[in-house]
Amino acid sequence: MEETIMPSKCKALIIGGSAGSLDVLLEIFPLLSDEIDFPIILVTHRKSGNDALLSDLLRSRTKLKVNEAEEKDKIQPGNVYIAPADYHLLIEENETFSLDYSEKVNYSRPSIDVTFHSAAEVFKDKLVCILLSGSNADGVAGLKTVKSSGGLVVIQNPKTAVMPYMPQQAANEIEGGIILNANEMAEFINKLYSYKTS
Amino acid sequence: MLLSDVLETHGYDFLEYSHASIKRRIIRLYALDNFVSFAEFRYTVKTDKQYFKRFLEEITVNVTEMFRDPNFYKALRNDVLPVLGTYPFIRIWVAGCSTGEEAYSLAIVLKELNLLQKSLIYATDINPSVLEKAKKGIFPLNYLKGYSENYVQSGGAKDFSSYYTANYSLAKFDETLNSKMIFSTHNLVSDHSFNEFQLILCRNVLIYFDKDLQHKVFQLFDNSLEKLGYLALGSKESLDFWSRAKEYRRLKTEKIWRKL
Ligand SMILES: C[S@@+](CC[C@H](N)C(=O)[O-])C[C@H]1O[C@@H](n2cnc3c(N)ncnc32)[C@H](O)[C@@H]1O
Repeated sequence: MEETIMPSKCKALIIGGSAGSLDVLLEIFPLLSDEIDFPIILVTHRKSGNDALLSDLLRSRTKLKVNEAEEKDKIQPGNVYIAPADYHLLIEENETFSLDYSEKVNYSRPSIDVTFHSAAEVFKDKLVCILLSGSNADGVAGLKTVKSSGGLVVIQNPKTAVMPYMPQQAANEIEGGIILNANEMAEFINKLYSYKTS
Repeated sequence: MLLSDVLETHGYDFLEYSHASIKRRIIRLYALDNFVSFAEFRYTVKTDKQYFKRFLEEITVNVTEMFRDPNFYKALRNDVLPVLGTYPFIRIWVAGCSTGEEAYSLAIVLKELNLLQKSLIYATDINPSVLEKAKKGIFPLNYLKGYSENYVQSGGAKDFSSYYTANYSLAKFDETLNSKMIFSTHNLVSDHSFNEFQLILCRNVLIYFDKDLQHKVFQLFDNSLEKLGYLALGSKESLDFWSRAKEYRRLKTEKIWRKL
């Protein structure tokens, strides 16, 4: 990895993934530093009813606090939030969550695009978004918005993705995205400086 | 801005809705209807009554399902309705009923418990066009397979298809079900309590409201709920941070509270 791509501040990290992304998350989580001091928000496509399962899997692999994102929760640094199944996850100006049970977007609810768009408006250039493996294009349009708001865009190397379609679309459509192999992700996340008001 | 216009000219108050979601709805509609500028959009919303009807329809999120969250209906069937069944008469309010799928699901459970004939379901919503649909009880046939699976998971043991007649792409639900329903517009933000109920369902509506507005609506429900009545919220909603939550006891795992 080149040092020059490192951002100077991260107020929130959002990871989006679909089919094939769970393996990557399970690989990343045990390697995450306990000192991470920005929130990590996960938006993944999955069947409803499996909410507790994903939280449990991740909780057993990290010291960071892992919880399902709850309506009106204040987004806290050093916490991991999982978008609940069957709701879109939005971020308010005052850095709290809103849930939204509206139409599916890209056949998905939660939709990665919806959260990326919403977070880009709030965190602007202090947002980092990662798009992992998946077999549809949800997340790609959102990443474009993140990029144009000055945020940092990271795409899983399609060659290391179980389902390369989603990261490949992102890589094709977004200029200046950082492409990382699955096994480089954790180190990258640990190196993200947190944003500190000086 | 736009929402203050809406309040002033049309009397609908969306100012205390969660910003991120209402903003997303507005921008979505603006893009969908190809306005040349936001100013023109705003002007049309303000001055064109016909367009405002569309605005109201599109700005509210009307997505719903039958027997959504099967475990919730299981709890109604096993724990809540049998208790209400001991009363001579059951009054239920479905607030934010959208196109009615929830009210019809409830009516089916009541029917199976032999309680429908002594029940009355008041189904209300802010959006008049969804109520028109709800009255008809006609839903797209292609959703029925999923609904039927939900029904079975919720503890329903009958043949789900016995509740409707299929006609081309539509399913029309049995009229005994909606004979016990009263549909009416009611705005949770500005309208008052209109009756006393033993059960109030308000699911997936409060997620669109900010905390203060949620608390006002809890007060409205409290005014509309008999002692020992039940209040049911959506799976991601909670009474917990309301100042009077202590006057309610939650039923085990579901988002159902009983007024003490
Ligand atoms: C997502 S739907 C929920 C439908 C159903 N209760 C369910 O859980 O499936 C939300 C409904 O709340 C209604 N609503 C929004 N604001 C309202 C208000 N101020 N008063 C009454 N209903 C409102 C909308 O029109 C919409 O039909």
